[in-house]
Amino acid sequence: MTNPIRTTLGHMLRLELQESLRSRWFHFYAAVTIGLMLLLIFTGVAESRVLGFTGLSRLLVTYIQITMAILPLFIIVVTARSMVGDREAGNLEYMLAFPISLGTWFWGRFIARLALILVPVFAALAIAAIFGAVKGHDIPWRHVGLYSGLTAALATCFLGLGFLLSAISKSTEIALGASLLIWLLLVALFDLLLLSVLIKAQFIPEFVIGIALANPLQSFRTASMILFDPQLILLGPASYVILDNFGVTGYVLWALGYPTALGVVFAGLGYWRFSRSDLV
Amino acid sequence: MGMIRINKLTKRFEKRAVLDELTLSINAGDRIALIGSNGAGKTTLFRCLLGHYRFSGEVGFDGADKGRRDLDMLSRVAFVPQTPPPLRMPVGELLGFAAKGSGADPAKMNDIADAMGIDLAEINTRPFYRLSGGQKQKVLVTVALARAADLLIFDEPAANLDPAARAVFIDLLAERRDASMLIASHRLEEVAPLVNRVIEMDRGQVVLDDSVMDRLKAGHFRACRIGLAEPHPTFAAALAEWGFTAQNETLFEGQIPAGDTLRFLGTLSRYASLVDRLSLETDPDGSDAGKE
Repeated sequence: MTNPIRTTLGHMLRLELQESLRSRWFHFYAAVTIGLMLLLIFTGVAESRVLGFTGLSRLLVTYIQITMAILPLFIIVVTARSMVGDREAGNLEYMLAFPISLGTWFWGRFIARLALILVPVFAALAIAAIFGAVKGHDIPWRHVGLYSGLTAALATCFLGLGFLLSAISKSTEIALGASLLIWLLLVALFDLLLLSVLIKAQFIPEFVIGIALANPLQSFRTASMILFDPQLILLGPASYVILDNFGVTGYVLWALGYPTALGVVFAGLGYWRFSRSDLV
Repeated sequence: MGMIRINKLTKRFEKRAVLDELTLSINAGDRIALIGSNGAGKTTLFRCLLGHYRFSGEVGFDGADKGRRDLDMLSRVAFVPQTPPPLRMPVGELLGFAAKGSGADPAKMNDIADAMGIDLAEINTRPFYRLSGGQKQKVLVTVALARAADLLIFDEPAANLDPAARAVFIDLLAERRDASMLIASHRLEEVAPLVNRVIEMDRGQVVLDDSVMDRLKAGHFRACRIGLAEPHPTFAAALAEWGFTAQNETLFEGQIPAGDTLRFLGTLSRYASLVDRLSLETDPDGSDAGKE
């Protein structure tokens, strides 16, 4: 007897969405992401003026800078231990005994998680836009759209990294340790602080800027700045290299495309490893 | 034609071979009890069949080597693991997933759950991991038996079940005459009435492959005499349930159905220290003459 029944991508997406919507990590993440925007609104950030930014632009700049710190950490820590945790617990042994392809299982989880990670961020940006409209501020729709895109690119990058770590780690502890270490490296070591030290140590500027461009967190940060500060005055001399080589539009496109591509490559490597190793 | 043909299946963890060039055929209609001590390789064999592990050697299904995790094969195999997974999803969601993703029949799931003594409506919204060990096992057995599978792979399926549920479970398995079975169990006497083949594994190899049905045919009986070292009322009562008659306080005689030999020996094993003499003789003409 031939039984054509399969677990489809639709089944998998639904399962993962339901699973994540129930989980504490999502509730906490959504509360922080949306709560942060509400906190900024109610503390009057939009009414303040810093370095020439005020109104909704000021609110968005502040929000996006904070998001940059917490979003990647959250994604990578939660994702890195997801599959390896399921493997340790025995969930994979049972669920993968159903007629479901590994591609459907892996990419179904990836897509569902990406959607769930982005929804609260987009909701927060929508709240900011509504707040701006109510207060009579000019709504920088282009910036809201680009911030949404940059956030999606950053989320894809770290989600892919998380899936890769989860696929190659032998245990939850290793996955968690590795994810924290990578986040720390990207945030602290390859941040502007290190770059300034490298410049002081007279490394060639292209090398230093190359490191900055390769760091998805840094490209996100610079692109978020460039939207409101097209001359990159805040960035200092490094801005000359960036603007000479990319221009504003080119750099924004880089900041959108590079982390997304990196995330997909990471996830692809994770899938390659996942599908070619013992599953349980 | 063999339903599953396993040829020189080897699985190593680092340098240790847990399955060592294991060769085996599982035919359509085979109902196999897979026995062996801990670490013999039973669970590893299941995981290789289900495509959970990479391995060397060949596993062919219906005459074709379909490679690891062939979805056609997986759609024809129902599996119950040794330890229920701590799934966070509600029971209803798991049942829905099994129905849509593997074709488990919802009406059949209700009937099987009822027979197992579990009310699906009552636990429908409860997270699976919050159920008791026995409830989890019943739900997993329900899902497996409601699938139109050609092969049932059960890894210690009755370990968490209470005696009543265990008896129902055995009856439900016995009703599934359409499916082949591969059941790992430490309680051979429990699954003995179900199976027609016993395979014993040791250190990754098959050390015994006994087609029980060939010699223990239904309707045939074996004459048995048991002498005890000392009188034992409980043992005497157990033997009385098997239809034995007491010649005196320490000597018993009776006939046991040939098909129940394994189950009988399982019962006997609990009182092994009391048994002084034991004879078990097959009727030469294989008939049940003399059995009242």
